Amino acid sequence: MSDRGAPSLLARLLAAVVVILGAGAVIAALSAWLNGRTASWEAYDRLLLGAANDIAETIRVSDGAPVVILPTSAFELLAQAPDDRVTYAVRGPDGSLVTGHADAPVPDWDRPAEAQFFDGEMRGEDARFVDVVRRFSERNFSGAVHVTVGQTMIARRALAVDLMLNSLLPIAIAGAALILISILVVRGAVRPLDRIAEDMAGRDPYDLTPVSTKGVPREIAVIVTAMNRFMGRLDRQFGAMQSLISDTAHQLRTPVAAIRVQAETAIEETDPAERDRLLDRLARRTRSLGTLLDQMLSRALVVHRTDSVAREALDLRQIALELVEARDHDLLAPGVEVELVIGEDEVTVEGDEFSLVQAGKNLLSNALKHGAPPVRIGVAEQAGRAQLWIEDTGPGIPPELLTRTGERFQRNAASREDSVGLGLSIVSAVADAFGGEIVTSREDGRFRVALSLPTVREDTP
Amino acid sequence: MTRLAQIVCALALLAAPATAQEATAEFGTGTTPFLIRSTTDIAILAPAITAFAETAPDLAITYEQWGSNALHASAAAACDGDLAPSDVVFSSAVHLMVSLVNRACARPYLSESTRALPPTRRWRDEIWGVTQEPAVMIYNTDLVAPEDVPQSRFDLLDLMRNDPGKVRGRIATYDIEESGLGYLFAHIDSLEATTYGSLLEGFARSDAAATCCSAEIIDGVSKGIYLIAYNVLGSYVENAAPGNVGVVLPDDYTLFLSRAYMIPDRAANPSAAEEFLDFLLSPQGQTILASVGLNYTTDEDEEPAIQSARRSIPLGLPLLVALDDNTRQAFYLRWNDTFARSATP
Repeated sequence: MSDRGAPSLLARLLAAVVVILGAGAVIAALSAWLNGRTASWEAYDRLLLGAANDIAETIRVSDGAPVVILPTSAFELLAQAPDDRVTYAVRGPDGSLVTGHADAPVPDWDRPAEAQFFDGEMRGEDARFVDVVRRFSERNFSGAVHVTVGQTMIARRALAVDLMLNSLLPIAIAGAALILISILVVRGAVRPLDRIAEDMAGRDPYDLTPVSTKGVPREIAVIVTAMNRFMGRLDRQFGAMQSLISDTAHQLRTPVAAIRVQAETAIEETDPAERDRLLDRLARRTRSLGTLLDQMLSRALVVHRTDSVAREALDLRQIALELVEARDHDLLAPGVEVELVIGEDEVTVEGDEFSLVQAGKNLLSNALKHGAPPVRIGVAEQAGRAQLWIEDTGPGIPPELLTRTGERFQRNAASREDSVGLGLSIVSAVADAFGGEIVTSREDGRFRVALSLPTVREDTP
Repeated sequence: MTRLAQIVCALALLAAPATAQEATAEFGTGTTPFLIRSTTDIAILAPAITAFAETAPDLAITYEQWGSNALHASAAAACDGDLAPSDVVFSSAVHLMVSLVNRACARPYLSESTRALPPTRRWRDEIWGVTQEPAVMIYNTDLVAPEDVPQSRFDLLDLMRNDPGKVRGRIATYDIEESGLGYLFAHIDSLEATTYGSLLEGFARSDAAATCCSAEIIDGVSKGIYLIAYNVLGSYVENAAPGNVGVVLPDDYTLFLSRAYMIPDRAANPSAAEEFLDFLLSPQGQTILASVGLNYTTDEDEEPAIQSARRSIPLGLPLLVALDDNTRQAFYLRWNDTFARSATP
């Protein structure tokens, strides 16, 4: 199933799924990271603020100066981030260090915030700081005392990563499930193809019957139906070819045998007059054999074209005109004039021009050869049917011959040198191919045979 | 010795009085230098170092004994790049050690043995509590009747309250301004229980003596100058081992100090420091430490009371409080109030 060049359905689907999942994972990871970071930063900022407030609360004014008794609880709070280093500083209104680490950074004190968070560094390591203000208005001391507490970011980063991974885990599981489901679905969908392939491989070479589309997904059934249609066409052409071969064999045997006998007789004939007569007959026989071959070829062509050539909308009057203008009748029945009877409106049918012309030619030559003049050709439209008709005043086609024209093979056609039957069988094949029929009628002593086809409305292409 | 040489010596001492080590010893037969700076007496740690030197014959081990404040100052200076660092800093002043780690002066290390330590005895995988030494009460066995021996701080309080005449001037403890260890114990006591305030009051009422050093206190008890001493590091008592001094682990709670081991960030030979740490934490190392009194272990079945009363001083951020200038000054103030009153009756 996986042909060189084109990747398999499974591979394509998986590639698509992986691309979608990958893009989704990147987006989800970014959003999870942002969410996790926000949550973690909030949590640890609160911790930092708690510790700073703890320290700020213990500031007392003693002898006109702020004094801090550092609360252990503040550091126990900070120790919730077990591996992070801390720094702290308590500074008086003039910025002088009351207690703590002198190297703790100072924020922009002009900003009127009670608690100010800021990022900085602790001996080369990224750290987060908070600065809280405690204001005093005592008799001997007044002003703002700043408490700065800082902490490195190990724990808050670890929490952010943790939160991110926690929210990514379900997405990862869903992704894996999606890939698994894709594999199962694609496998299930292409399994009918395996069955069809097996079916085809197991067939004998002449079996062109349709493949069952039972249990095949609709998308694949389209291919199978198209294949079936193609095989049907192949089957018909195959049949046509077979019948052409057997027809040809059948139809040629008798005339060829007759020619051989006449030729042999002519060779043995000593009387020059008799020999000339025999040679003349031989020549006529040979001509008639040629005509027969022409007809058989044109029938085969018609049958072939009905399956292989696309149909087009045609004006039936154009066909009739072509038939008359071909002036075959000059050859077949010299002196006989053919009258063309057509209206002003277009009579449109769907078909193949070559096939329709062939059918018309056969009808016309039948009338010219076997009917009696005057011969008329015309086009009529009636009740959704278009007719290409030929009229003559002859005896008409024997009904039993007409009923057999639908049959594949006209043995009696072979027995006659100028075969009406074979001509009719061409007409019949054309009629079949374009959903039409052969209609005959007799009126006022005139025999009319017509190829009747469904019309096509101009406005419904 | 010329006069000039003496002057030079004196000048040298003046110039760097805080960075001078008290004693130095060499161990090992190798060539790779390995420098240990410690507050522990050389004699106490010598067996452990000798055993380690046998396992690492390529090392030339130099052991320097320092005072705890001087050692901290030198390690801090080394951290700032002002001084050549040692390979190991090993100190009983655990709050100073925690502050060094908090200043990012230490180098992390993780091994099976460090991972096996309880959380109270390690922080950031940069500082490890190697020993276990209780803060004990000692008494003179000749002068204090067995029934009068205080088993807890409450007993000691009762003794000072009920019979102040008998113990007046004869209870001793560390002078917290003189002794870093005494300050650390007092600080932890103040956090641990409300008895600290009562104790200070009791010390004041009974004219307790505050002295600087472990040796002085133990000697004083042994000689009968003091009947009872409070918060003496058990390991010192065990090493001094005078016959007439009894030891009590207070059963309300007993503080346990773990000497802190740290590998400086800029150590020249950190791998030897890591090996030495693993050695000290190994069963062999712990046994040697126990034999010199640095590893007080109790059998859980035998002394359940001591097990439940055990309070390890956790290596961690809260110890930074002990270092805070304001906090320490306030602590000293309160202490001095107490002892000034007793000193000038």
